Amino acid sequence: MNKTMMKLVVGTEAMFFVSLIMAFVYMAYNSGFEPYEVSKLDIKTTGIFTLFLFSSSFTFWMAEKKYKNGNIKSLKIWLVITILLGAIFLFGQGKEYIRLINENITLSGSVFGTSFYALTGFHGLHVFIGLIILSIILIMVFVGDFNNSSSNVIGTVGIYWHFVDIVWVFVFTVVYVLPYFTKI
Amino acid sequence: MKELVEISEPKSPFPGVGVSTDQGLLQWISSVDHKMIGIMYLTVSLFFFIIGGIEALLMRTQLAWPMLHFLGPETYNQFFTMHGTTMIFLVAMPAIFGFSVYFVPLMIGANEMAFPRMNNFSLWITFFGGLLLYFSFLAGGAPDAGWFNYAPLNEKNYSSSPGIDYYAMGLLLAGIGSVTTSINIVVTVLHMRIKGMKLNKLPLFVWMVLVNSFLLIAAFPALNAALAMVLLDRQFHAHFFNTANGGSALLWQHLFWIFGHPEVYIVILPPFGILSEVFQVFSRKPIFGYSFVAASSVAIALLAFGVWVHHMFATGLGITVDSFFAASSMLIGIPTGVKIFNWLATMYGGKIKFTVSMMFAVAFLVEFTIGGLSGIAFSIVPIDWQLTDTYYVVAHLHYVFIGGTVFGLFAGLFYWFPKMSGKMLDEKLGKWFFWLFVIGFNTTFLVQHVLGMIGMPRRVFTYPDLPWYGVLNFISTSGAFLMGASSLVLVYLIYKSIKSGKTAGDDPWDAYTLEWATSSPPELKNFDELPVVHGRRPLYDWKHPGSEDE
Repeated sequence: MNKTMMKLVVGTEAMFFVSLIMAFVYMAYNSGFEPYEVSKLDIKTTGIFTLFLFSSSFTFWMAEKKYKNGNIKSLKIWLVITILLGAIFLFGQGKEYIRLINENITLSGSVFGTSFYALTGFHGLHVFIGLIILSIILIMVFVGDFNNSSSNVIGTVGIYWHFVDIVWVFVFTVVYVLPYFTKI
Repeated sequence: MKELVEISEPKSPFPGVGVSTDQGLLQWISSVDHKMIGIMYLTVSLFFFIIGGIEALLMRTQLAWPMLHFLGPETYNQFFTMHGTTMIFLVAMPAIFGFSVYFVPLMIGANEMAFPRMNNFSLWITFFGGLLLYFSFLAGGAPDAGWFNYAPLNEKNYSSSPGIDYYAMGLLLAGIGSVTTSINIVVTVLHMRIKGMKLNKLPLFVWMVLVNSFLLIAAFPALNAALAMVLLDRQFHAHFFNTANGGSALLWQHLFWIFGHPEVYIVILPPFGILSEVFQVFSRKPIFGYSFVAASSVAIALLAFGVWVHHMFATGLGITVDSFFAASSMLIGIPTGVKIFNWLATMYGGKIKFTVSMMFAVAFLVEFTIGGLSGIAFSIVPIDWQLTDTYYVVAHLHYVFIGGTVFGLFAGLFYWFPKMSGKMLDEKLGKWFFWLFVIGFNTTFLVQHVLGMIGMPRRVFTYPDLPWYGVLNFISTSGAFLMGASSLVLVYLIYKSIKSGKTAGDDPWDAYTLEWATSSPPELKNFDELPVVHGRRPLYDWKHPGSEDE
């Protein structure tokens, strides 16, 4: 039941991001973004931080596998790595925001700023919420709540965490990759 | 002897903590029982129905005669906005959720919802969202850009009072409540059905609520995203809808109607489900074409996402786009029409019992068809261009919302009230209520078709004394007061029936589905054991052994 619930949550969240991506694309075609603003995006650095986020999906998968084998000690290690990777991604996003704001690209500066910060910001918020959930799980693991248990909580949280990663595939493609190659 | 299955106990929300069973109000507030939450949803709905109704009456008073100055234009704008927003988000949806969370577990033979605490959360966040919306009156002015809150009217330079911020926050909260309830319902239906109740044996009400929940889960995020964007615009000077800085006012319309058109089906599908139960029981026949009724709802749900631009024909999107959405809008009339014929065929040859519930169901067929036909008229683009933003739209949407949704909900109220309260609603007074309401409703809105065709625009606080304008508006206003009076009859009827109604018994209608297999009202634990389900009318089969094949 928990997993069905989380799949539905992920479904509704997916539609939320479809709306935001739609707004971004709509703005790009409707009023058009200033080319110099789009050129300020740093696809290489963000690409590297993206790899951190993607690998966190792998480490979470490892954590879940270890838990199923009853290996609580490895579960702890993989969970900690997952949280660290997620946090590094958020750190990268924060760094990019600061750099862009210093370049005078802000939420209220232009339609590009508006749709860029709204889309990536809501994704970042989801990563942040994921980190909170993972931290709660981690504390529960350390307290011993998951010893000798067969709970589906970790699997359920996993659905959310992988989803946040998949959303970034689309966001990264639409915001960074496509403009980089098409020069809109 | 029939095979019986034991129904598992509701999970205790706080394991190991005992609660004394009589705590009065606190017990209601903290309850995680789906039946108490259902009744609270219905109470919230009634509460806001009275407020939204008073707003409507004040507006109709202002419009009773040309050039009145009972309400000023600013107040009038706030009232029509709040009336629409209230009736859709705080009356229709809570009423639907009330019936859904009360009856879905009972009809599928479960003792609880899948997530009882989330159920409680959904109720209260919806209610507090509503309160937040209404707090705007105290905080400097209610929202005033209409219930669909078009850009750029929703931007700070057109609406500087904080009303629209409260609109966005209030609807976000209520929206979260709606989505969580829907998720809860889907999980409940998919995982907690009694043995033997396959998906093709689900009672039709449950079918509709299930389809509807998927529809809601998919549609609401578009609204939530739009609301988040308008908040960013207003609070942080972003430029989503601000055309002066390169934003797009049309983007709001797209996002809103991607949500908004499914929304009108969200408030009609569960009443369709109620009617599918009511027609069967009071015609003493199983539903005609069960699969068609169920499948056409799925068709409606899918098509609902492909028609939103018919709200935007007047924005000039081009002939190709207009033609596509005109065609899809006509298409969606088909599965709805299929249902109407299914219900007619269910009645055909049946031993019809004209209880108040059945009277509302039959009246629904007439009124909803009128609303459906004026809707089909709108899918023809030139007619839409001529009539959009006139009183014809007001007439159309009230025929589908009241003639459809509200009539369906009243049919449900009269059908299920005995189960929820253990008391019968007085049929004689109920018939008074029915006729007053039906006559009041048609008097109010039938003439508005004409008003629209002779060119009276909607959403203006007064009008010049043109030929027929005064008379027709006066007829409409008197009808509105008749509806207002009938609502008082309804409140009195409910009060009187709870106080001194006839005891209902477990199964007063000799009905077909499992909610009537337990006591009225049901105990905290709905069922101890139930028979394995073999047919689509499990209780009927139980009462008449050997009839499963029917």
